[in-house]
Amino acid sequence: MDNIKSLEENFQAKVDAEIKIEAKDWMPEKYRKTLIRQISQHAHSEIVGMLPEGNWITRAPNLRRKVALLAKVQDEAGHGLYLYSAAETLGAERDQLFQDLNSGKAKYSSIFNYPTLTWADIGAVGWLVDGAAIMNQVMLTRTSYGPYARAMVKICKEESFHQRQGYEIMLTLAKGTPEQKAMAQDALNRWWWPSLMMFGPSDKESTHSAQSMKWKIKRKSNDELRQQFVDISIPQAEFLGLTIPDKDLKWNEERGHYDFGAIDWEEFWNVVKGNGICNKARLKARNKAYNEGKWVREAAMAYAEKQSYIKHNQMSSNKATG
Amino acid sequence: MKNWPLWEVFIRSKNGLHHKHVGSLHATDEEMALQNARDVYTRRSEGVSIWVVESKHITASNPEESGELFEPAQDKVYRHPTFYELPNELEHI
Ligand SMILES: [Fe+2]
Ligand SMILES: [Fe+2]
Ligand SMILES: [Fe+2]
Repeated sequence: MDNIKSLEENFQAKVDAEIKIEAKDWMPEKYRKTLIRQISQHAHSEIVGMLPEGNWITRAPNLRRKVALLAKVQDEAGHGLYLYSAAETLGAERDQLFQDLNSGKAKYSSIFNYPTLTWADIGAVGWLVDGAAIMNQVMLTRTSYGPYARAMVKICKEESFHQRQGYEIMLTLAKGTPEQKAMAQDALNRWWWPSLMMFGPSDKESTHSAQSMKWKIKRKSNDELRQQFVDISIPQAEFLGLTIPDKDLKWNEERGHYDFGAIDWEEFWNVVKGNGICNKARLKARNKAYNEGKWVREAAMAYAEKQSYIKHNQMSSNKATG
Repeated sequence: MKNWPLWEVFIRSKNGLHHKHVGSLHATDEEMALQNARDVYTRRSEGVSIWVVESKHITASNPEESGELFEPAQDKVYRHPTFYELPNELEHI
């Protein structure tokens, strides 16, 4: 008992002193579990996040937009991989993580349960969804767990083009014909609130937050990050000449921040619970990809086994004749 | 005399950083490899963690194939943020 207590004190002292925790270091079981849950959810979000954008690859308006979108979606697959690997350093098993995603047991970011209805949505997703993700991920480059922090550094470097390509799409549409501008406005209208929800429940409601802050897994609260995102995004929307769909939006001189309207948390929880527009389609797509890829995984394994069998036989016949 | 196997040595200089390849050494087994790595490569507190991997377990790319491996990334400028033309007055993006 005393032993565990001193281990825990030691651990917290390291965290407080900004010494990163590495895979083989002692850590409280709850720290390990929290990280596995958070990192795997993050990985799942990268993977499911490919679906709404993948939807537009074949219909991108020109080759330049198409290669950019392809490159972005390809990056997201890579991000999923970095994160699954980070989760594995904590003892998680890759295939189990896939099972949990496919069965619906594991969560991923609810934003990806919204549909991408028009080309402008690809602009709005890059600008706002990747923008919100970057805000969270920049914070996580300083998270206390070394492998997670390092994965975040790599991811953040790659994310920057994602947001820029999205904003460039928005800018082009906003400067285009009235129809194009209306399309951009419509995308902003639909993506704004779900983007604010990406930061999670408000601090008052968020159950894991306090412990995660103490362990320095997180370094800013959900509400702090959300405020930061609002403050940064408003001038960007103004530059586009588009209107953020929030009549309560107002600069607050005293706070030095924008005030913004109430978030519809009922909608948020409803989507988390599986009742969003695309929850079923997303899981179906992931299960289909997993199941239809089964023969490829098996064939690759069978080929590797056969090769090593041939090599082994050659070696023993060389010995016999030599 | 038969050579002892060759081991590659990786050192983490401080928590938070990746292990980095620092060199190699010969040793009869992993335990000796770790001990020798500690003596050879961390005499001046260069590390807080050591990895040793027997060299034969490392599969390396062939320098003669560098062209076909790495050149395809060179003309994909759209993978970089600077490819996207955004006005300078725009902030935080
Ligand atoms: Fe992401
Ligand atoms: Fe990503
Ligand atoms: Fe991204």
